[in-house]
Amino acid sequence: MSSLDLWSMLFVFLLAAFVGLQVIQNVSRLLHTPLMSLTNAISAIAVVGSIIIAGEQKSTVSLVLGTIAVAASVTNIVSGFLITDRMLKMFREKGSKR
Amino acid sequence: MIEHLTQAAYLVAAALFILSLHWLNRPATARQGVAAGVAAMALAILGTLLHPEIVSYKWIAIAVVIGTVIGVPLSWVPLTAVPQRTALSHAFGGLAAGLVGTAKYLLWLDEGALTTFRMTAITVEVLLGYLTFTGSLMAAGKLQEVIPTRPITYRGQNVMNLALLGLAILAGVYLIARPEAWQLFPLIVALSLLFGVLLIIPIGGADMPTVISLLNSYAGLAAVAMGFVLENKMLIVAGALDGASGLILSIIMCRAMNRSFTNVLFGAFGQVQASGAAATQKTVKSGTPQDAAELLLNASSVVVVPGYGMAVAQAQHRVREIYDQLTKKGVDVKFAIHPVAGRMPGHMNVLLAESEVPYEALVEMDDINHDLPQTDVVLVVGANDVVNPAARHDKGSPIFGMPIIDADKAKFVIANKRSMNPGFAGIDNELYYADNTLMVFGDAKAVLGDIVKALSGGSGIH
Repeated sequence: MSSLDLWSMLFVFLLAAFVGLQVIQNVSRLLHTPLMSLTNAISAIAVVGSIIIAGEQKSTVSLVLGTIAVAASVTNIVSGFLITDRMLKMFREKGSKR
Repeated sequence: MIEHLTQAAYLVAAALFILSLHWLNRPATARQGVAAGVAAMALAILGTLLHPEIVSYKWIAIAVVIGTVIGVPLSWVPLTAVPQRTALSHAFGGLAAGLVGTAKYLLWLDEGALTTFRMTAITVEVLLGYLTFTGSLMAAGKLQEVIPTRPITYRGQNVMNLALLGLAILAGVYLIARPEAWQLFPLIVALSLLFGVLLIIPIGGADMPTVISLLNSYAGLAAVAMGFVLENKMLIVAGALDGASGLILSIIMCRAMNRSFTNVLFGAFGQVQASGAAATQKTVKSGTPQDAAELLLNASSVVVVPGYGMAVAQAQHRVREIYDQLTKKGVDVKFAIHPVAGRMPGHMNVLLAESEVPYEALVEMDDINHDLPQTDVVLVVGANDVVNPAARHDKGSPIFGMPIIDADKAKFVIANKRSMNPGFAGIDNELYYADNTLMVFGDAKAVLGDIVKALSGGSGIH
C-alpha cells in the first residue's frame, strides 16, 4: 500500500464523519430507538471483512475466527433491519388505522 | 474487471447507507430508509462474494444460517426489551471487529506483512472491538437484570480502570514498533476485554441511555478501524455513520442530564445523598383513581409524562386508553417526552407508538415546556427525576441543573407511584408534596385501568 492510500482513507473517514453528523442531526427525535437499531445493522457491514477471512481459508484459526465473525455480523444485520422495520410500522399518523 | 464491479457495488452501497439514514428524518419516509439499508447491505455482500480470493463458500454459508437463526428471534423481543437487544447487538458488532483484527494480525504475522500502518489500525480495531464486546454484554446483562443494576463502586476504581487502559495502550504502542512481539497481542486482547467489563460495572440503570449510545459509537469506530485494516472505504463510510450517530445520541443524552461524558463514565451516579429536604415531615395529598378521573374530565388540556416505570409496569396500553377516552370527550391530550426517559434514546416514543398513540401527540421536552403553564392537568406515569423541580433550584440535589419537564407549572398534577419510597438514587421529589399535586398510589397498570373505567362512566371498555 502506498502512503497515498492512507491519506485517501483518512479523507474518506473525515468526509463520511461530517456527512454522518449532519444527517443524524436531522433524524426525528421520535425515531432515536429505530435509528440506533438501523445503524447497528448498517455497521454490521463488517460482514464484508469477515466473509473474506472465512472464505479465503488461509489458516484454520482464521477460518474459525472469520466464521464466528460472519455469524455475529449476520445476526446484527438480520435482527437489526427486522426490528427497525417492526418499530417503524408502529409510528402512525393521527386517524390512520393499522 | 471483477475488482471494478466490487468497487462499484461498494460505491452504490455507501450512497444508499447515507440515504437510508437521511430518510429517518421523518416517520413518513422512515421505512423507505430501512429498504435502502437492506438494498445497500445486499449489494455490498454480493460485491464481496465476487472476491477472487474466496476459495470456499461452505463456512460462510453455515455462518449465515447460524446468524439468521439467532437474528430472527432477536427481532421479536418485546419493545420493553429493546435496550437489551440493542446492547447485545453492539456486543456482536464489537466481537466481529475484534475477531477480524485478530485473524488479520495472525495472518500478516505469518506473512511478515505487518507494516506500521497495519499494526496501528489492528491495535485500534482490537482494543475498541473487544472492549465494546464485553462492555455491551455487561450493559445488556444489567438491562436484563441478570447483573445487579445498581452501580458497583470501590475505592481506587477510576485509577485502576485508567491504569488498565494505559497498560493496554502502552502494549499496543510497543507492538506497533515491534509487530513480531506476538506475546503482547493476547495481553492487549485480555486487557481490552477486562476494561470493557470494569467500565460498565459502576454504571447505574438511569445512565444506560448515555452508555448505550457511547457503546454504539465505539462499535462504529471499531468498524472504521476494520476499514483501515482491510483498506475498504465502504467499511470506513458505514462505520463513520454509525460512530457519528452514537456520538450525537450520547451528546443529546448527556445534555439532557446536564452531565459530561467523564462524569457519566467515572462518576457513579447516586453517590451524593439527597440534601436535608427529606428530613422535614411533609404531607402528601393522596386520592383514588376516581378522583383522578374527575380531575381529568374537568380539564381541557392534559399532558402525560411517561417514564421508565410505565415500561416496567407495562402500562403503555392503559395510557393509550386514557388518551382515547379523553380525546373522545374533546380534551386535548399530549405526551411530554424527556430525552432520557426510559433506558435508551427514544424508548418512550417506541412504547407509545406500539400502543397506537399517534406520533403527533408525542412532544419533546423543550417544546412542551412552553405549554405547561397553560395546561390544566399533568399526569405523571412512572417518571420521577425528570419532573423533579429540585433540578431547577436545589443546588444540593444530585440532579441540580438537569433540564426537566416543568410539570409543577401546570394547574394540577396527578402522579402515580407505587409508594412514597424515593426513586432512583434516593432523591426526594418535592413535586409530590405540592399543593396542586394529587398522588394516586398503586401499580401503574391497575391504577390507570381504574382511571379508564371511571372515565368511561364506570362501565369499562373491556
